[in-house]
Amino acid sequence: MSRAMPSRPLRRIKGMILKRMPLMVTCEEFESFILAYLEDELPRRQRVVFEFHLKICRECRDYLAAYRRTVELGRAAFADPSAAVPDTVPEDLIAAVLDARDA
Amino acid sequence: MGVGCRLRMPNLPRRSETLFEKDQTGDRDSFDDAALVEGLRTGSARHADHLVRTHIGPMRAVARRILGGDAFADDCVQEAFLKAFRKIDGFEGRSSLKTWLHRITVNEALMKLRALKRLDERPIDLLMPEFDENACRIEAAWPTLATTEDILERESTRALVTSKIRELPDSYRIVLLLRDIEELDTAEVAKLLDITQGNVKVRLHRARSALKKLLEPVLRGEVE
Ligand SMILES: [Zn+2]
Repeated sequence: MSRAMPSRPLRRIKGMILKRMPLMVTCEEFESFILAYLEDELPRRQRVVFEFHLKICRECRDYLAAYRRTVELGRAAFADPSAAVPDTVPEDLIAAVLDARDA
Repeated sequence: MGVGCRLRMPNLPRRSETLFEKDQTGDRDSFDDAALVEGLRTGSARHADHLVRTHIGPMRAVARRILGGDAFADDCVQEAFLKAFRKIDGFEGRSSLKTWLHRITVNEALMKLRALKRLDERPIDLLMPEFDENACRIEAAWPTLATTEDILERESTRALVTSKIRELPDSYRIVLLLRDIEELDTAEVAKLLDITQGNVKVRLHRARSALKKLLEPVLRGEVE
């Protein structure tokens, strides 16, 4: 499995392009937009910039895919009925709740 | 404002009433919210029994997600029901009874966490994404990304997911739980935790990023 990362000089060129070209943001700026993007709260122009970065940056694309999968996984792990508390709640707990009410 | 509940003095039913009503029915009743609330306001034991049996399962699940262990969670559920019985007169029906009870339980669990001094502010810097000096992301390639179904299908990897969520520092874990899993909105979470909405968003994003880092081996399909 390849874990290849662009070498440092390549990343430097990439960084310079992202910093200087119009309509571009750095990966760090992209990072700060992620939540707003996913919540559909980015103004139109920033959304265009965000999506353009996504097209040209393999690292951020991969990162965002894994990030989204993480969110989905967290939700599903708890929503999964077999992971939830079993339906059988101990009778003594129910009794304790009702007794406390009567007290 | 903190998470404390403002309580009015309890309006508890007389013993004799509850005994009387217990005789009326044997099996499980079915009430809609309005009928249930109406009954609870008169102090009906039958309605109280129904309320508890209908909602205790989900409430216990929330308490466990937030507090972990059974003992604290069951304590929390008891307190939550007690508050619900006391505050039923103030229930305005703007949300469902289920949602109302869910909020009370979350509130109660957070108070317990605070009492246990577990809402600590451990840093999660080490789990944050990395950037080089040119603000470029450092991220190893992801040739494969395991599907949610694949991961949750196996008992071992599913358990790993929930245990990694528990590993997050509380102040981040709680925001992730409340927003992503309990599905509260940003404003509600901000109010419950007494922090700004901006702060909720920052913590949510960091919590997700940290969890992504913790789950990397699973997501890459490297864990059997
Ligand atoms: Zn990038």
